Amino acid sequence: MPHSVSPKALKLFGVRSSTALREHQNKSAGFPGLPRHGAALVVYGIAALFAVPVGIGLIGVLLPAFGYMPALGGRALSLEPVRALLAEPGLVTSVLLSLASGLITTAVAVVGVALFLAAFYDTAGHRLAQRALAPLLAVPHAAAAFGLAFLIAPSGLIFRVLARIFGFDRPPDLLIIGDPWGLAMMAGLVAKEMPFLILVAFAALPQADPTRRMRLSASLGHGRILGFLLAVWPGVYRQIRLPVLAVAAYASGVVDVALILGPSTPAPLAVRLVTWMNDPDLSLHFMASAGAVLQLLVTGLVLVLWLCGERLAARLRHRIGIGGRRLAEDHWLRLLSAVPVALAGGAVAFGLVWLSLWSIAGFWSFPDIFPPSFNFSTWSRVITSLGGPMATSFIVAIASATAALGLVVVLLEARRRQFGAAAGQKLRLPPLVAALIYLPLIVPQIAFVSGLQVTILALRLEPSILMLSGVHLIFVAPYVALALADPWFALDPRYEQIAASLGHGPIRTLFRVRLPMLTRPVLTALAIGIATSVGQYLPTILIGAGRLPTITTEAVALASGGNRRVIGAYALLQMLLPFLAFSLSGSLPRLLLRRRGAMKPR
Amino acid sequence: MVQLRIVAMVMAASLLLGARANADAIKANDWQSTLAAAKGKTVYFDAWGGSETINDYIDWVSSEVKKRFQITLKHVKLNDTADAVSTVVAEKAAGKNDHGSIDLIWINGENFAAMQKQGLLSKGFATTLPNWKYVDTANPTISVDFTLPTKGQESPWGAAKLVFFADTARTGPVADMPKSADALLAWTKQHPGQFSYPAPPDFIGSSFLKQVLLETVADPSVLQKPVDVANFETVTKPLWDWLDAVQPVLWRQGRDHPKSYPAMKQLLADGELGIIFAFNPAEASSAIEAGELPDTVRSFVFPNGTLGNTHFVAIPYNSSAKAAAKVVANFLISPEAQLRKEDPRYWGDPTILAMDKLPAKDREAFAKIDRGVATLPPSKLGPVLPEPHPSWMTRIETEWKHRYGS
Amino acid sequence: MIDQQASSSPRGDAVPPSTDGLVLDRVAIRLAGRQLLALDHRVAPGDTLTVMGPSGSGKSTLFAFVAGFLDPAFEAVGRVCLNGRDLTLLPPRCRRVGLLFQDALLLPHMSVGDNLLFALPANVKGSRQRRAAAEAMLSDVGLAGHFSRDPATLSGGQAARVALARTLLAKPEALLLDEPFARLDQDLRATIRDLVFQTIRARKIPAVLVTHDPADAQAAGSALVEIGSGEGTTV
Repeated sequence: MPHSVSPKALKLFGVRSSTALREHQNKSAGFPGLPRHGAALVVYGIAALFAVPVGIGLIGVLLPAFGYMPALGGRALSLEPVRALLAEPGLVTSVLLSLASGLITTAVAVVGVALFLAAFYDTAGHRLAQRALAPLLAVPHAAAAFGLAFLIAPSGLIFRVLARIFGFDRPPDLLIIGDPWGLAMMAGLVAKEMPFLILVAFAALPQADPTRRMRLSASLGHGRILGFLLAVWPGVYRQIRLPVLAVAAYASGVVDVALILGPSTPAPLAVRLVTWMNDPDLSLHFMASAGAVLQLLVTGLVLVLWLCGERLAARLRHRIGIGGRRLAEDHWLRLLSAVPVALAGGAVAFGLVWLSLWSIAGFWSFPDIFPPSFNFSTWSRVITSLGGPMATSFIVAIASATAALGLVVVLLEARRRQFGAAAGQKLRLPPLVAALIYLPLIVPQIAFVSGLQVTILALRLEPSILMLSGVHLIFVAPYVALALADPWFALDPRYEQIAASLGHGPIRTLFRVRLPMLTRPVLTALAIGIATSVGQYLPTILIGAGRLPTITTEAVALASGGNRRVIGAYALLQMLLPFLAFSLSGSLPRLLLRRRGAMKPR
Repeated sequence: MVQLRIVAMVMAASLLLGARANADAIKANDWQSTLAAAKGKTVYFDAWGGSETINDYIDWVSSEVKKRFQITLKHVKLNDTADAVSTVVAEKAAGKNDHGSIDLIWINGENFAAMQKQGLLSKGFATTLPNWKYVDTANPTISVDFTLPTKGQESPWGAAKLVFFADTARTGPVADMPKSADALLAWTKQHPGQFSYPAPPDFIGSSFLKQVLLETVADPSVLQKPVDVANFETVTKPLWDWLDAVQPVLWRQGRDHPKSYPAMKQLLADGELGIIFAFNPAEASSAIEAGELPDTVRSFVFPNGTLGNTHFVAIPYNSSAKAAAKVVANFLISPEAQLRKEDPRYWGDPTILAMDKLPAKDREAFAKIDRGVATLPPSKLGPVLPEPHPSWMTRIETEWKHRYGS
Repeated sequence: MIDQQASSSPRGDAVPPSTDGLVLDRVAIRLAGRQLLALDHRVAPGDTLTVMGPSGSGKSTLFAFVAGFLDPAFEAVGRVCLNGRDLTLLPPRCRRVGLLFQDALLLPHMSVGDNLLFALPANVKGSRQRRAAAEAMLSDVGLAGHFSRDPATLSGGQAARVALARTLLAKPEALLLDEPFARLDQDLRATIRDLVFQTIRARKIPAVLVTHDPADAQAAGSALVEIGSGEGTTV
């Protein structure tokens, strides 16, 4: 005998029981035995854990930026460092270069990736890119830059081939590398950032429901490319927005690529910053700190401008969408769309081959296309001194990436439980938490690592593998979070609801349902973390006080000697661990599946 | 206060005088106790790690001091000495006044000046080292580093002198190469795009500007004193005239500069540059040996002299192994270590020892070193032009940035 | 403490502990002050309460409330009792309420058999016994011999059968069905629908079916509630 209840009656009995219910939900939402406020505490606590060292480092750079650093005789606050900075010749050009590098690099990389996906989604090209991704991602930035430099420099491969044809024996005196517009530098950055964006875009693609949407837009008569860009890409872009912003921040503060490919008169701001920080005249440290603050502002401006650009692009897309153009015949455009990604992948891959060739080359100069002689002396020398640094790199990378993964998983899971694992809810990290976690990606390293170093010294902490791993964690965690957050929140919550209805608790559900279902994103995040750790130079040398040499600190130190054989050998060694990690993250899930497949009835 | 200070000074003076009386005996005793204190210690040696030959040499030093003095020497490879300087700065900022992480730094010039000025170095020790007796103290750059008295706060390790290299296969015999800065300008005008210099504040680039300044300045003696703002323009005008004249005919029309000496070396190998320069006379020979330069490269200098200086090792004020660091510094200036260092098979860095102070056997060994085809013997390296006061370079680097760097 | 507060409603006529079936005791759910639905209903063992209404009418909200996944943004009052137990404050895993969604949602990293074993309560001991129980259930839904299959290779109908088998293995005391047939082809839909409702009747499980397909409601046979006006209207 069903009957309905009047709202009035509900009000009558509602107050108390709804309070009780909410309290109960608070209780069940978090980790076992952890109330909902506890889940919030975990979320903010972990975010703060990542952000506090950056904050400390920033204070360590803000004070000298305004003249305070007693160790160097600065005992009063003053604007002198700022004044000195503004009086630096060519400062405006440097700032503009950094701005342009941040915006143009990102725009070109994003457009290139969007076009590539649009033209080649679910084709052989897509699968080829997937397979080529691991080695491309593992190439260190500097190695990619060296590779590109050798390709396009006046003494590089292209001109060597031309020299054979036209018979000149000296490279032409052309300003290609280090052009004042920074085009070579941006090209190098685009080449290296595109694989990263493709990686995150591939991970985001399934959640954007491409198959159905493509079918829908095809039924509206849209060509493949326009259809993808209008119907699928916005869903992909929404998910990869943070990685894109990270790329923009990185490109506006990049040092190594800019040193190799960028202009020098004047150089982009970040490069000059490093020069000032390293100047023997210690009083420049104040100006360098002011410069670091300026770099922070420049990076912030890049991000703001990028966000404005996003709005414009959305409006443009809307106009095209309602404009009625169909672009049904787009074969020519499809070919064209492959160009940016193919060039980028080709340049990085070529750089790799070229570096390997150098590591075994004898004397090799213009206009020889191949080394006339080979020897393995570099390798035999390198191998003998390799053990320690390689082991340190491996241990620190695996320790920091694993710890970062653990913390990020706890953070994301706490955030999810904070909302009672509700179905259909669009979950994100709260803006404040996101800001805290991604802070190390946005703040240029040089701006806060030295401040952090002073703090660690003041705490009388001796450099150890553990401490180094802890410091790497700061840089590794944001990338792990970046790679994992969206797939984590995108997993259909009904799987876990079913597990709960079957009587399984949260921990068991995490390990039996969620983590196995997210094997690929989890391993990808881990691989990105490992690659990030292996690539750290500045924190390793400063925080490790030089006591813990890694493959990267050795590589950078030796690169300053300019011997291409040694640079080549070390670049390959630097790639080793990230390459293994990326390859495994790509093939391990398949292997695991195959094991299960073997259980199928014959 | 004042009285106290006077008392302290008197006491210090009397201690010094007392020490002088039986100096030798005490010296020997001191050294014995230094050796004893050094035993079993670890010395962290922060040194530029960009050259495999130098790294190998330091490895050899490590194994020797381990064998002889039970000292563990760890080479901390830097890509810039400034990293070590900023580490000590950071340690001082953090109040870490003992147990610092660096025990020995490979240093000279501006880095030394900065550390000395900020009180980041141990007090003088170099002249108390037993092997000091072999050091060529007649060479002014050994006790005066970039016009600053070293006060024994750094111990010499090797000598540096500006030399030029050219690939005779591409540019003809070295006899026809320029013999002065002015001749170099003329040569560059005839061979546009084939000469350049690293942009200051790169060490080699700055050194080249100093060379031109020393050659063109009306009265070189003013450069030994700190820069005088009032006459900076007059004194340096010939330098800017020279640079203005060369700018349009430089490599890339001066719109870009090689990043560093290694970059120039590569450009010479590829034939982009015709003349390059380095601070180590043996550099070309070892580069040929390493397959980085063709074996047709030869060295030359300016007969009226080129810039020269000495590089040193110093002990930070907060080192935790000062005694052991001293023992290493002493080993570095032993005839045996210096002989190996000058041998281009190992490094090829000129010695700072005085041949006439050495035992005959060591003297002969030095004479017998095969310096390689591209290395000039010490007798043909020409006179040494002393470094100007560092303050000149600071001003010149800023001015250079204004004129050509932006 | 909390339990007492919740179960002693001001009107004092609490559901007696002995009541069989699923009781929605004066349930009302509000979002941001607006009432989504109100419902007071008992579902007898073997009966199915069909809840119909347009999208956004609160069907899923009711589903989440009974299953225990309601988003805290919603304000819910009233109680859910199952065979005399008050579920309202219990976490989902202690409710013994089985779920069937429109997708089979088999765990893709496990074989069909492992999906079933995952559902089997821990009190069934011994791997041989466990496997036997799972295989028996599999043959109950007409899929004998598919134990080692990869879920990805199953047809839609097969997957729906496995999903039903998995739900039943956990011995639920009630079933919640969220449009479980919506993704199936017309022919298949009828077959699976019959299988599900036969099972419900045979096993005497009270069930709530959320749907907007009148054919589902017809097959379910028993009470129908239409929501969407802020209150449940019994038809």
